[in-house]
Amino acid sequence: MTSRDAAWSALGQVRDPELDRPITELGFVADIVVKHGSAVRVELRLPTYFCAPNFAWLMVADARDALAARFDRVDVVLLEHFASDEINTGVAAVSDFAAVFPGDVTAVDAELVELRSVFERKAHTAAQERMARALVAAGVVSESLATLSWAAARETAPEAAAAVARRRDRLGICSTSAFCDDEGVALRPDTLPGWLRFAQTVRVSIEGNAGFCRGLLETRYGLARAG
Amino acid sequence: MYSKDGNSYFIVDGHTHFWDGSPANQINRYGEGFIKCFYDYHSNLSPEEYKWTLDHFERYSEEDMVHDLFEVGYDDVAILQSTYLMDWYVNGFNTTQQNGEMAERHPGRFIVNGRFDPRDGENGLAELERLHERWQLRGVKLYTAEWKGESKGWKLSDPWAYRYLEKCAELGIRNIHVHKGPTVYPMNRDAFDVADVDDAATAFPTLRFIVEHVGLPRLEDFCWIATQEPNVYGGLAVAMPFIHSRPRYFGQIIGELLYWMGEDRILFGSDYAIWQPKWLVERFVDFQIPADMQGEYGTISVNQKKKILGLNAARLYDIKVPGELDIVDGAGESGAIGSTPEPEAATA
Repeated sequence: MTSRDAAWSALGQVRDPELDRPITELGFVADIVVKHGSAVRVELRLPTYFCAPNFAWLMVADARDALAARFDRVDVVLLEHFASDEINTGVAAVSDFAAVFPGDVTAVDAELVELRSVFERKAHTAAQERMARALVAAGVVSESLATLSWAAARETAPEAAAAVARRRDRLGICSTSAFCDDEGVALRPDTLPGWLRFAQTVRVSIEGNAGFCRGLLETRYGLARAG
Repeated sequence: MYSKDGNSYFIVDGHTHFWDGSPANQINRYGEGFIKCFYDYHSNLSPEEYKWTLDHFERYSEEDMVHDLFEVGYDDVAILQSTYLMDWYVNGFNTTQQNGEMAERHPGRFIVNGRFDPRDGENGLAELERLHERWQLRGVKLYTAEWKGESKGWKLSDPWAYRYLEKCAELGIRNIHVHKGPTVYPMNRDAFDVADVDDAATAFPTLRFIVEHVGLPRLEDFCWIATQEPNVYGGLAVAMPFIHSRPRYFGQIIGELLYWMGEDRILFGSDYAIWQPKWLVERFVDFQIPADMQGEYGTISVNQKKKILGLNAARLYDIKVPGELDIVDGAGESGAIGSTPEPEAATA
């Protein structure tokens, strides 16, 4: 793997917290320059000048963390955003701070931690709704979803369950039931249908936003329209 | 009024602006960034033949507006929403005064909504009274994420916001439009959080809270509070244009709204000049939930469209609807999860 590929692959682990998709897939990575194999400079861009600064901060900070695991010198720059200066300077300064207290860049701002957690819960909810659809498509009767085990779900709908598993890891959930709330408590046969219906709204919202943001990015930077 | 296939629709455009975003009016890079962000929304989601140049978009004329809304557009009445942004624009982006002066030259066409900012304290309360006296306000438009000096936003549940809402109730300003959605952001604080609308709607049952842009990008949070609070409404500005570029997504949005809150609390808005009502109304009347999604969402009826396009807003703003354009139908058809709006007699 070349150093550039390594950088791209590291950035592929960074997700837009609200859209729940990798920044590489969303088109947010504008440029990667690697020097001497050990120093990397990455430019990020967002769909609008006024994209929410809290999410922008999280992505810049996450990108810096992901790259720092593979490169000695990391420079992440957010382009053309109303808070570019504050975010670029802030993240760079905090990352020095993080070198002393590694692994917890965002601890400086409890509000950001809470915000990230809200979206991790939403992503978990939406992923379970997609899994419910995949299970029903694979022949599971909807009435039996609530009593289905996590192991059976993984076997019946492996791809959708893997997506749920990633979100479970982030939330620290460990449940033997296929469906559980964001505290890891299994959903009951009487509560699951209503819960899944709301989860559908969450999924529609997240997926719709991703499409809208993609379109705005294409308009802003004159990119070819994605299929 | 718009007619198609033997049906006629009374159109109330619930969300329009008469702004000045021109470079001469911009104070700083935020003002410039704001209008350019609007312009990207416009360019990205408008059909080709409705796209303007940036120059035209920054400042259009009164003639343009009247032409686009009432001459080629089908609006019967348009509601002008005030957006001050005094930290970014010399004369404000579009103040109540600027909107009102234009409205007075076109009697019967516009309804002028005011605004308030609870961070203005006692002086602001007096100013709201003056605005009401001058323009006979029936509604206000609020930007909870608006910047003001060091402050990057406020909440509807703040004690001072309650003082202003009490004043609105006292003056009979019952329609509280709240911008919860894209384009104006505070640092760090979550600009989309609608929890404060939930609190205020409970505390002020005689006021109606119209959440603009139906809470996008947090449709689910908005739907949730709308099922709890009968005096919460959804404004479709920004959601509407998806009907052109992403009709399936639009189908999902409208399907979700009908499922959770029903058709009596959804209001059409073009967000002019970001988008034009002519094509939005034409497309909406032609629109149907895609066939493969109907199992989930059902279909949308002519009467539901009539309510969304104008009758619902006419009810909130006491706009007289010509008899033949009204429908004699009380309850909603959708059997939505949320409660229906309060009967007028109970709160009058």
